[in-house]
Amino acid sequence: MSEKWDVAVIGGGNAALCAAITAAETGAKVIILEAAPKPYRGGNSRHTRNFRCMHRGPLGPLVDSYTEEEYFADLLKVTDGKTDESLARLAIRSSEECLPWMQTHGVRFQPSLSGTLSLARTNAFFLGGGKGLVNAYYRTAQSLGVAVRYEAAVTHLELEDQRVAFVDYTHNGQTHRIEPKSVVVASGGFQADTDWLARAWGPAAKNFLIRGTPYNRGVVLADLLKQGVEQVGDPTQCHAVAIDGRAPKFDGGIVTRLDCVPFSIVVNKEAQRFYDEGEDVWPKRYAIWGRLVAAQPEQVGYVIIDAKSLNLFMPSVFPPIKADTLEDLAVKMELPPDKLRATVNAFNAACGDTSGFHPTELDGVTTHGLTPPKTNWARPISEPPFYGYSLRTGVTFTYLGLKIDETAQCAIGNRPVSNLWAAGETMAGSILGQGYLAGFGMTIGTVFGRMAGKEAAAHAS
Amino acid sequence: MQADLIQEARRQAEICNACRYCEGYCSVFPALHAERAFADGDITQLANLCHNCRGCYYACQYTAPHEFDLNLPQALANVRQDSWESFAFPKVAGRAFQKSGGLIALITVIGFALLFWIARAVGQAGGDGFYSVLSHNMMVAIFLPAFLFPLVSIAISLRRYWHATNGGSLRLSDIIAALKAAANMRNLNGGHGDGCNFEEEDCFSNARRIAHQAVMYGFVLCFAATSVATIMHYVLGLHAPYRLLSLPKLLGISGGILLVVGCFEMLRLKLRSDKHLGAQKAWSGEIGFVGLLGFVGLSGLVLYALGSTGLMPLLLALHLGAVLAFFLLTPFTKMAHGFYRLTALTLDAARQRAANTTSRN
Repeated sequence: MSEKWDVAVIGGGNAALCAAITAAETGAKVIILEAAPKPYRGGNSRHTRNFRCMHRGPLGPLVDSYTEEEYFADLLKVTDGKTDESLARLAIRSSEECLPWMQTHGVRFQPSLSGTLSLARTNAFFLGGGKGLVNAYYRTAQSLGVAVRYEAAVTHLELEDQRVAFVDYTHNGQTHRIEPKSVVVASGGFQADTDWLARAWGPAAKNFLIRGTPYNRGVVLADLLKQGVEQVGDPTQCHAVAIDGRAPKFDGGIVTRLDCVPFSIVVNKEAQRFYDEGEDVWPKRYAIWGRLVAAQPEQVGYVIIDAKSLNLFMPSVFPPIKADTLEDLAVKMELPPDKLRATVNAFNAACGDTSGFHPTELDGVTTHGLTPPKTNWARPISEPPFYGYSLRTGVTFTYLGLKIDETAQCAIGNRPVSNLWAAGETMAGSILGQGYLAGFGMTIGTVFGRMAGKEAAAHAS
Repeated sequence: MQADLIQEARRQAEICNACRYCEGYCSVFPALHAERAFADGDITQLANLCHNCRGCYYACQYTAPHEFDLNLPQALANVRQDSWESFAFPKVAGRAFQKSGGLIALITVIGFALLFWIARAVGQAGGDGFYSVLSHNMMVAIFLPAFLFPLVSIAISLRRYWHATNGGSLRLSDIIAALKAAANMRNLNGGHGDGCNFEEEDCFSNARRIAHQAVMYGFVLCFAATSVATIMHYVLGLHAPYRLLSLPKLLGISGGILLVVGCFEMLRLKLRSDKHLGAQKAWSGEIGFVGLLGFVGLSGLVLYALGSTGLMPLLLALHLGAVLAFFLLTPFTKMAHGFYRLTALTLDAARQRAANTTSRN
């Protein structure tokens, strides 16, 4: 063996880079093993756009303040209480000092994007998005002497006596073995392994789309769980949203999202509605629709809107299917025309006074006597041309992962693995039992990435 | 305009409009995000707003090998290049010179030859200094038309541009806003001030912004030198040659140095940059143009330095030949970009003003 490493970081996204940079700044000799080729480096971080950040006053691009209590209350709402309060508060409290750290390590922010003004107080947007952040961190890491191996797929971590003895990875068709003093696992969830998803979800999972990187197949996660490393989370829990059904199987990212549900009716294959489309403003509800669609036959939904709603939402990458009559639209979307007509007629008949319609506020324009109801923005689908989108479940990342303690360290039984830490999506299930809060994934990655890097370097020195 | 180039840029703009991550980089994205659908004229306007800083390319999660295959700097560069060619007057000249450094060089050599011939055959009229080689009246007779023709040609082109992009009415404040944006080259600062991604992949640097401003201000100073000298000649009756501490000389020498250093740096950066993020077919035309502009500056400085030696007549013919070629080719080379860019920035300012007025009402 020719190379001696203090810290090996497995993964190449935000958490991995935060760990590698932090460790290298203490003088540690660090190597990053990134499974993806260089153009796809960065895992799901490539697709992110912001960082949810606590702040007591204006900070960077963030206005007003966002307190720990408010942040934590938001988290409780989306997770329905399924979180680890002490880890969650640790992440939230640490987020405030992260933002200036990110800036000094090359990340640049921009004001809240057009169409996302509701996040201007809580979420700091990266200029250029997540790939811009990833690029900046790679530049910083390399200037600190961090070695980066692309297309380096870790196949096995050998655990002996509560420590990682060696790490095997393949690179350029060759198998390599290194014996780093410390290891940080930041290689994401397992969502790109459809078979693993199918074991949890059943065959329905074959119809899911994966919004991000195809490289997060959970190889390292499975290897560690098999050797008894503590796990956390339910295998069916994940960040999943409803996205355009025409999106690519992998890596469709942000542009495949559809924001039109609140102004629509959503039906299933049988042209039946199945949930209140107007329950809340879209940013607060988009994360539940992934699971709602997953529960429908063939895991598909169909959004139907009419001409008056077309310009009320952000454009998405694929143009809607368009027809002059509902029946024609049904044919084009392979829905039963008579049933769609009946569903729309019943919905239209249940709509009442729409004069209070307001697209960006809960307007209370509701249906009457309809099941399920539509409790806001309920306007008849009546004005041709009619437009439709298909909806499928788009999985961002899975929550089953490595359980960590308050120093990001992994454990077997109740005893810590002396030289193993985890950060990012691979341990996010420690905090996210279910549901999702926009920008929180990057908070978890940054906070625990930095922590893991610091601890790993301290152990190595 | 070539429909396929516009269509490709439109396909990419629609993906960008669904993402919006690049909003803070430059003027292109706020303008793009203000539209839902893109007419041909909208694409042309976005293309001419784009300064090719490449920030959006390196930040893009959808570049090849991703199936969406985004390369917005290239798509907009192709449309921009094509728009300059198709709005050119006469169009055939735009088509010929924009893409061909060889033709630019050929015209320059013809310019040299013409000046030599004129100087030998008809130039001398017993004047002092340069005028002993070519009389003042002869210089005016050659350069006045060579100066006016490009102005007329550019004016026609800009009118075509304004029409194609549905320009509408504008105010003085829009033009001032555009001049400000050009004066500090805000669109090459990356939105964060770290500059653009040009010469070393995703590394931000202000090198290109600085080089561009050296060329631009160098050119403006040289132009000012000539203008001041014209006023001194005709209004004040003060005839060349001027002393070193005279306004024409101070402006001309400082401008010439900036121009030469800036062009040299621009060429160096351009040779290091990734060709495939620009209009590849225009590569040789762009290099040819920067080379010619740099030669104009360099030959002017050398002429100043060696003006009292026996080389002067030769150097004067070379310098004036290059200047002649530069002026005549202005509407048909990369030089035209400055005029289109200012027009696009003016239109952008007018549209922002209109949008702000609407949102306040």
